[in-house]
Amino acid sequence: MDWLNAVVQGTLLGGLYALFAAGLSLIFGVMRLVNIAHGDLIVLAAYLGLTVTTATGMHPLLALVVVVPVMATIGYALQRGLLNQTLGDDLLPPLLVTFGLSVIIQNALLEGYTADPQKLSAGALETASFDLGGLTLGVLPALTFAIAVVVIWGLQRVFYHTPLGRAFRAVSDNQDIAQLMGLNRRHIFGLAMALALAVTAVAGILLGIRTSFDPSIGGGRLIFGFEAVIIGGLGNLWGTLAGGVILGVAQTVGAKIDPGWQILSGHIAFLIILAVRPNGLFPRISA
Amino acid sequence: MTTPTYSVTRSSQAARVGAVLGALVLILLIAAPWWAGRADMRLMGELFLYLALASLWNLMAGYAGLVSVGQQAYVGFGGYMLFALTMFGGLHPIAAIALAGVLGALISIPVAVLIFRLRGAYFAIGTWVIAEVFRLGFAQVSSLGGGSGSSLPVAIVKSLASKRAMRESLSYWLALGAAVLVITAVYFFLRSRKGLALTAIRDNETAASSLGIDIWRTKFIVYVVTSAFTAMIGALIFLQKLRISPDAAFSVNDWTAFVIFIVVIGGIGTIEGPIIGTLVFFLLRETLADLGTTYLIVLGVVAIVVMLKAPKGLWGLIRSRFDIQIFPLGYRVLKRDKP
Repeated sequence: MDWLNAVVQGTLLGGLYALFAAGLSLIFGVMRLVNIAHGDLIVLAAYLGLTVTTATGMHPLLALVVVVPVMATIGYALQRGLLNQTLGDDLLPPLLVTFGLSVIIQNALLEGYTADPQKLSAGALETASFDLGGLTLGVLPALTFAIAVVVIWGLQRVFYHTPLGRAFRAVSDNQDIAQLMGLNRRHIFGLAMALALAVTAVAGILLGIRTSFDPSIGGGRLIFGFEAVIIGGLGNLWGTLAGGVILGVAQTVGAKIDPGWQILSGHIAFLIILAVRPNGLFPRISA
Repeated sequence: MTTPTYSVTRSSQAARVGAVLGALVLILLIAAPWWAGRADMRLMGELFLYLALASLWNLMAGYAGLVSVGQQAYVGFGGYMLFALTMFGGLHPIAAIALAGVLGALISIPVAVLIFRLRGAYFAIGTWVIAEVFRLGFAQVSSLGGGSGSSLPVAIVKSLASKRAMRESLSYWLALGAAVLVITAVYFFLRSRKGLALTAIRDNETAASSLGIDIWRTKFIVYVVTSAFTAMIGALIFLQKLRISPDAAFSVNDWTAFVIFIVVIGGIGTIEGPIIGTLVFFLLRETLADLGTTYLIVLGVVAIVVMLKAPKGLWGLIRSRFDIQIFPLGYRVLKRDKP
């Protein structure tokens, strides 16, 4: 039963990792950009949530109403103002610019909020639990998982059933021809980044409610998201959810064996899958 | 009537002047223990080690196209090997540094086989995962102090040299020697057959492959050699620090972010770039360090601006203006008029 419990808790944790990964997966799918600052943007969203909740006394989940549009705006501005300039055949500029961005965000947060660990307080939601078939599940982890499923379903829907999604797929397939067909790819990329950071905002708030955070943890979140993407297979959003779940389960099962091995066993699971299935479990496109 | 004859040469006036000046500076630097203060020597020692790390990262990213953000894996590995080999193996520190390089090469082989499956930016993050695995792994080794780390025992420090002044000079010379060794090795590697293959890969991977260059193998060799040297530099860094902990040894900021900024600002894909970048980096650090986090923000902004506005860095600006190359890698055709 203990093991089953670890697996179930890991599955729910995987929902959070899938949310970390969804934005990463989306922007890679649309513009082949890997954003090294992604983890720091998640942390930024958590801090924005902190500011909003302390200023207004709002519940953190309600603060999403403010944080999601703010992050989306930041995303659009960032893409049009900076990241669009880095796109091209050369791999180095996007990589190094987002790396520089990561250092800037991290230190700006350090300047603004100090290095003290912070937490978003969600009142009774943090400790609420319910019984299911002999297991006791936290309401928050279950809610996180449900949100992850809804977000990924929503992204999938946007991607395959809306004009915006058609534009995303068009620029992803061939930028030049999409441009000739009257799509402004710079604008489309901006919208993709806005959507990605909207998802990031949700991930950041849920992270902040679940655990304490400080400006230095962005890199770790980036790695979890990245591992979920690679395990699931590039360009497959449902695969990303599966990747998040596998990573989460590996971590909780590892922690069950020895608490010091929690994060390490997640990384090892990732490396094993990389060795056995280099394209991930459910690949759709090749990098 | 004169018929022009052509000759092909690598050398140039700038390279010859550069070589003479370089030799003079080197002699001056070797003599530093006789003219520089303790603090200056420490600073210069650190500068040389950063110069070595930057030159190695530049070889990987600028020539082999292997953009790694996980070189701290080998810096930390080398540091920990120095501690383990001297404390438990009873080796002399200098022997331990050399052996750390060998072990670094050995461990980088399975790592390379695994992460070479990832491409481009995903390769970069993959290297970071490896560094995290190393960090978490060493934090589990309780005989090396676990998560809180350990200090190098006094007896081992004294085995390097019994007097403090001599120890400081020795560790300064080791750092200088490491920087000179790395730059010389990179220079001669790039001039060799393999180096030519590497430059071809940098310029156009598809074309290089069609000419029969084994791309995977060439990149693999660069990765393993770089890892070995990086591990040795790591051992030297922690011989200077005398204390190691997982967070310091595998710090992404200290051993990768700064190194990347150095190379980008100086000029990626050139031997001169990391040298200029290191000087600029230390100049900025010594003048702005009091600003704390603001300094890092400034550094990030400078790196982004350079990457966007002058992707070839400071050295690229200089070279496009004056057409000089201090480390002659390319060939040039000279026309001489025969009487």
